[in-house]
Amino acid sequence: MNPASADPGSTDTGMNMVEAINHALTSAMVADDSIVLLGEDIGINGGVFRATDGLQARFGKDRVRDTPLSEALIAGLPVGLAAMGFRPVAEIQFMGFIYPAIDQIVNHASRLRTRTRGRLTCPMVLRAPFGGGIHAPEHHSESMEAMFAHIPGIRVVIPSSPARAYGLLLAAIANPDPVIFLEPKRLYRARREPVTDDGRPLPMDHCFKLREGSDITLVSWGAMLKETIEAADMLAGEGVEAEVIDVATLKPLDMSTILDSVGKTGRCVIIHEAPLTGGFGAEIAARLACEGLMQLLAPVERVAGWDTVMPLPRLETRYLPNVERVLAAARRTASYS
Amino acid sequence: MTRVAEFSVDRIQLLDAAGVLVGDSPDVARDRNRVIDMYRWMVLTRAFDARAIALQRTGRLGTYASSLGQEAVAVGLADAMERDDVLLPSFREHGAQLRRGVTMNELLLYWGGDERGSDFSGARHDFPCCIPVGSHAPHAAGVGLAIQLRGEPWVAVCVFGDGATSKGDVYEAMNISGAWTLPVVFVASNNEWSISVPRSAQTACETLAQKAVASGFEGVQVDGNDVFAVREVANRALEKARSGGGPTLIEALTYRLGDHTTVDDASRYRDDEEVGRHWKQEPVARLRAFLTTTHEWTREDEETMIESCHAEVEAAVEEYLATESQPVESIFDYLHEKLPSAYAGQRGMALGEEGDR
Repeated sequence: MNPASADPGSTDTGMNMVEAINHALTSAMVADDSIVLLGEDIGINGGVFRATDGLQARFGKDRVRDTPLSEALIAGLPVGLAAMGFRPVAEIQFMGFIYPAIDQIVNHASRLRTRTRGRLTCPMVLRAPFGGGIHAPEHHSESMEAMFAHIPGIRVVIPSSPARAYGLLLAAIANPDPVIFLEPKRLYRARREPVTDDGRPLPMDHCFKLREGSDITLVSWGAMLKETIEAADMLAGEGVEAEVIDVATLKPLDMSTILDSVGKTGRCVIIHEAPLTGGFGAEIAARLACEGLMQLLAPVERVAGWDTVMPLPRLETRYLPNVERVLAAARRTASYS
Repeated sequence: MTRVAEFSVDRIQLLDAAGVLVGDSPDVARDRNRVIDMYRWMVLTRAFDARAIALQRTGRLGTYASSLGQEAVAVGLADAMERDDVLLPSFREHGAQLRRGVTMNELLLYWGGDERGSDFSGARHDFPCCIPVGSHAPHAAGVGLAIQLRGEPWVAVCVFGDGATSKGDVYEAMNISGAWTLPVVFVASNNEWSISVPRSAQTACETLAQKAVASGFEGVQVDGNDVFAVREVANRALEKARSGGGPTLIEALTYRLGDHTTVDDASRYRDDEEVGRHWKQEPVARLRAFLTTTHEWTREDEETMIESCHAEVEAAVEEYLATESQPVESIFDYLHEKLPSAYAGQRGMALGEEGDR
């Protein structure tokens, strides 16, 4: 993987998501000396996606550190750093390589505060690009966010736009507890938008309402919001006004925003790229059944990746939910009576 | 052919199994009070250990990992450390934790199932013991990096057993510590058994110390039942790390005289003859013999010390048994700095309040 270098971002021309992440890291590091970046190829190379482009030159080799190929270490070393008062931001190059790091997240980062009754804490961020759609090699395209959302003691945050990547990453870095920050790489360079580089975080633990509507609620996160919003626009042409919710923080889940919306529309489709079974959509559907059943006018539908191994690039567009699948589910749900 | 690298591993012993000094006499051995102090920590650790097992057998403590026979590794190491060094222990370093200011009540609370046992009143920077074997080694590299970035003279000291040296995270941590010249001392407390798997079945290496070679730094073997040698080797490694010389791996040769834990039965996989042989090497009797022959340690001195150690242990046990559990909301209140509102309903339900989740 060696994608083309990021264009220099600015507020004038807007930023893509990679540039927004780069600016958020820069802003945080200027404001706080205790922030240290670690990861594979993040130094002179600026990361394989260029998220840390230029940061080593600006902040030095002490604060922007290339690690060896060593994922357990990339997640575990920051636990020690964080316990000593630093704020490490570590990068796993691709989510497909994150599995050796999970031991450190489950057994240590997530529970250091609990098990020491607050004596030692773990303000670390673990960033990882994830998801399909860029014709990447094997092991580079999976979406396994539900595995992390199952772990108590951490936050799981997924941005869906440059502005939210900027603000949510700043919030994650400022947070006194560990955050898994998953970046949909299909969106890295998908579009530009104005981002005010003012160092201001966006709230975590909070869903974002991207579109108002009264007929159906479409709930998604990360890269699938692109298809979800396209579907919502097409539904509007059919006279169905969809409310679109970006979950953004999977854990802890802001269920009240979703319940409020479904209370209004009575209908809900959940869209995610990850496999259906045990996916995070199941959690939202269960919560709707438990807490919003009387408001529901139709069964909750889920549009998700298949319960299969993620195919190699030739067939990946047949795996990823597309606008047609979202539309079909939304039409069924909207017309159910 | 060109030979491009050569390596060797040294073994250090200062006090033999009979309690007789061999080779150079360390300064500390001549200082009666210092020797008595180290001896007392070892005796106290053993007294604590016996009482902890008794508490478990009578249903008043959870599963407990005994350190019987390994007291010299823990005490010698902790004795060499500075207060501001950071200890990252495994689960058999009770002696080191006690020596560094963790209280016996805290150790009992931890093994008795109460998180407050890891909220040490002393040794505030030390890590709680690590149960998933070897997974704390990367933390030691992180602590070492923090110390290095701040330009402080302290050292991260990471202790694990022989079993941990087969794990990838231990190698990853040693590798980065070598590459970045981090102030870390790794201690492999080789007690010959990884539960039921003997040292000989774990690796083809002649020594565990040589695993440092692949990480680019020195590995050294020490007689782990010789508190003088452990202290001496630890001192050297700590001074090297403090002065920017980077990490060392110390392989301390000792033996697990007890079961792996209170739920293990070692008779299933090793015979009494082997254990009996190792009782002749054990560290407490060895130091007592040295004290007796060199520093006029009397039977009366011994009895007085044992009595005072038992009294200290009993006082801690009483305190532990009298400590009430934390209220149920504590399982929520230390999850994050501030409990996310998403979990407020569950917290209420745990408290027995009505309401949805």
